Amino acid sequence: MATTIADDLRPMHHPKTWAGKYVWSQDHKVIAIQYSLTAIAVGLVALVLSVLMRLQLGFPGAYSGITPENYLQYVSMHGMIMVVYLLTALLLGGFGNYLIPLMVGARDMVFPFVNMLSYWIYLLSVVVLLSGFFVPGGPTGAGWTLYPPQAISEGTPGHQWGIVTMLVSLAIFVVAFTMGGLNYVTTVLQARTRGMTLMRMPLSVWGIFIASIMGLLAFPALFVAAVMMLLDHLAGTSFFMPAMQSMGQTSQTMGGSPILFQHLFWFFGHPEVYIVALPAFGIVSDLISVHARKNIFGYRMMVWAIVIIGGLSFVVWAHHMYVSGMNPYFGYFFATSTLIIAIPTAIKVYNWLLTLWRGDIHLRVPMLFALGFIFTFIHGGLSGLFLGNVSVDVPLSDTFFVVGHFHMVMGVSPILVIFGAIYHWYPKITGRMWNDALGKIHFWITFLGVYVIYLPMHYIGILGVPRRYYALGETGFIPQSVHTANEMISIAAFVVFAGQAVFFYNMIHSYFWGPKAEPNPWGAASLEWQTPETPPGHGNWGAHLPIVYRWAYDYSVPGAARDFIPQTEPPS
Amino acid sequence: MSQLMMKQEEHRQARQDLSDVAADWSNDQEVFRQTHWGKVMMWIFLLSDTFVFSCFLTAYMTMRASATLPWPDTAEVFALTIGGHPIPLILIAIMTFVLISSSGTMAMAVNFGYRRDRRKTAALMLATALFGATFVGMQAFEWTKLIFEEGVRPWSNPMGAPQFGASFFMITGFHGLHVTCGVILLLIVASKVLRGHYDRTGDYSAVEIAGLYWHFVDLVWVFIFAFFYLW
Ligand code: HEM
Ligand SMILES: [Cu+2]
Repeated sequence: MATTIADDLRPMHHPKTWAGKYVWSQDHKVIAIQYSLTAIAVGLVALVLSVLMRLQLGFPGAYSGITPENYLQYVSMHGMIMVVYLLTALLLGGFGNYLIPLMVGARDMVFPFVNMLSYWIYLLSVVVLLSGFFVPGGPTGAGWTLYPPQAISEGTPGHQWGIVTMLVSLAIFVVAFTMGGLNYVTTVLQARTRGMTLMRMPLSVWGIFIASIMGLLAFPALFVAAVMMLLDHLAGTSFFMPAMQSMGQTSQTMGGSPILFQHLFWFFGHPEVYIVALPAFGIVSDLISVHARKNIFGYRMMVWAIVIIGGLSFVVWAHHMYVSGMNPYFGYFFATSTLIIAIPTAIKVYNWLLTLWRGDIHLRVPMLFALGFIFTFIHGGLSGLFLGNVSVDVPLSDTFFVVGHFHMVMGVSPILVIFGAIYHWYPKITGRMWNDALGKIHFWITFLGVYVIYLPMHYIGILGVPRRYYALGETGFIPQSVHTANEMISIAAFVVFAGQAVFFYNMIHSYFWGPKAEPNPWGAASLEWQTPETPPGHGNWGAHLPIVYRWAYDYSVPGAARDFIPQTEPPS
Repeated sequence: MSQLMMKQEEHRQARQDLSDVAADWSNDQEVFRQTHWGKVMMWIFLLSDTFVFSCFLTAYMTMRASATLPWPDTAEVFALTIGGHPIPLILIAIMTFVLISSSGTMAMAVNFGYRRDRRKTAALMLATALFGATFVGMQAFEWTKLIFEEGVRPWSNPMGAPQFGASFFMITGFHGLHVTCGVILLLIVASKVLRGHYDRTGDYSAVEIAGLYWHFVDLVWVFIFAFFYLW
């Protein structure tokens, strides 16, 4: 059994059969790919749902196949899948698994078996989630926030079975995440290679590390909320359920607190935003530094900003509840803490810009996506300042302004980073190069497309168009231009949707027929590019673990032979 | 030594401790020197589990504070009549005593584990598991009494707020589940101890790791006891 440091003599279990290598694998790299492919597959479901929603919103009434109930179900499943089952799973289960051991110089995660279980339990949660489409009444239509009492009351689509599959799936997901998260955190703390201090770790690892800790502390609230709502629904308890009148009848329930659910949900929900954002922050820092051939500006500041953002994000949750009816005095506190987060976040943005400043910028595809991220993130961050203030948020709550805001800041931004990261690490993961022209086409379609989609949403939101509405109908305060804008948004959404085919074609085609990749095509200094094999073999490092002598950002060092110095190179 | 010198010594020690911590965190390879991976992982898991129980308890307190019907007096509800006198909370007191004793035997088991005393370790772990099972048994008795004698159900409560029964069953049930898992874990590790598994690997850490979990479950009970029964 593993006692302490991962030394070279630790016996590795090498599976012989195909299934042992690729299905029941305990290799972190295989698990990472399993996680990623599953997340992308279920993400595609969510993407298709968004296309269906846009069909309805852009051309109301034209598609009779979409009923109002369907629309609500699509909204709910789309939101939940995107946030939890795609982004969280892909960034932590996918990139976390792949990058942590390679970047800190470990042979694997500390508990490979638990790591494998994590994936299979995640898969189970996805299956339970998708089973919601096939139960009587269909999936839940309560919105991804699942607020009771409506989530489990007559009149909401899927209030009988859809909500059960959703809650059970979430509880299973929390278990899966916990198994993975414990591994990620322990590996970073205890299994780094010689010379790898915490302050020499690439920022990708820092982002994933802090996000994993946050996940371990935030998901419990979701778990508890899910268990309590399940009991309300199945055992008839009144945790969240007040007494209600319906059709002249009083409900069996009484005295429960719907607001309590909102507190629990957002105690998870807000940190969740940063669980998704911090890995993206970390990864984008590395992309920018590598492709601008410059050390990251203010490394220590970047690390501390990640840590501080992680901590602060646990004390801002009620900024989602300004209109919930909670004690209005809470608003002062939560608005203040929310706006304070802007400080470390702004530090990060300035540091990215200062890293670019006078860099030797190579506009390769990963860099394009990283730059795209800076745009969308600044944009979403600025609209966040509006929503953080109580008095401004109250009229904007539940309008398309919010939809525009959170898609910019936590939808599109991490997605752009994920694309950039896939392009960046693809040569290492597969040993092949993708097609550059196709990559650039993919970037421009996606980047310009999301602006056409989400920028107008802010305007129609300010005009008062509510979110989660099936159709606007003839509404006095909504001018004709909104309908035109909605058509344009929808068309852009279809184009972006279709544009993703370029990405999938590029990735799949290159996997089989792409040119062989060099071990370190970008000239990157961090450890994962210094493996003896590409793609790295089981155990990652061959006979001996690497020894680290420097941080991961020695680019364009004056007097050096090349424009980067790998972390494994001893000081001369 | 004079007062002043003692103060100075204390300060020096504190500074030393602080810089030791800083040194650990700025080291390569490991933050916690020579610490078993499983132990680190268990600590982090317990931190996460703390949040689960905190959420349950905070939710319960919110509900209790805002319930529309009166909350039953726990001292009366959980009283047992012994020899014609109702004694408040007596069963809970015994349960708490049992569980705390089990932490004692567990601590001794860990101690003997480090001394490589196979038999004593296993025996003490089995005793701990027995205490745990007793606790769960008494809990089952308490549930039965509440359900069949007092008529409390998850959805209703003849004595007042329905949230009383609901949160009682949920919180003690979730804790009881933890104890049950702990008993199973203890039995597995104890049987491995007996079979000499850890003598062969030369590493008794599993005993300590199981112990960490056990003490945690015990500690959580203290909070449930304080917040649910004594409030
Ligand atoms: C091309 C990509 C996407 C399109 C066209 C799209 C479109 C939409 C639409 C039309 C809605 C419903 C608005 C309403 O009626 O209230 C929605 C809601 C939502 N979307 Fe997206 N979306 C996309 C990508 C994403 C991504 C990547 C995320 C990840 C965070 C995301 C997260 C959400 C969430 C959380 C909701 C709210 C669901 C709710 O109200 O319960 N979306 N999206
Ligand atoms: Cu928030």
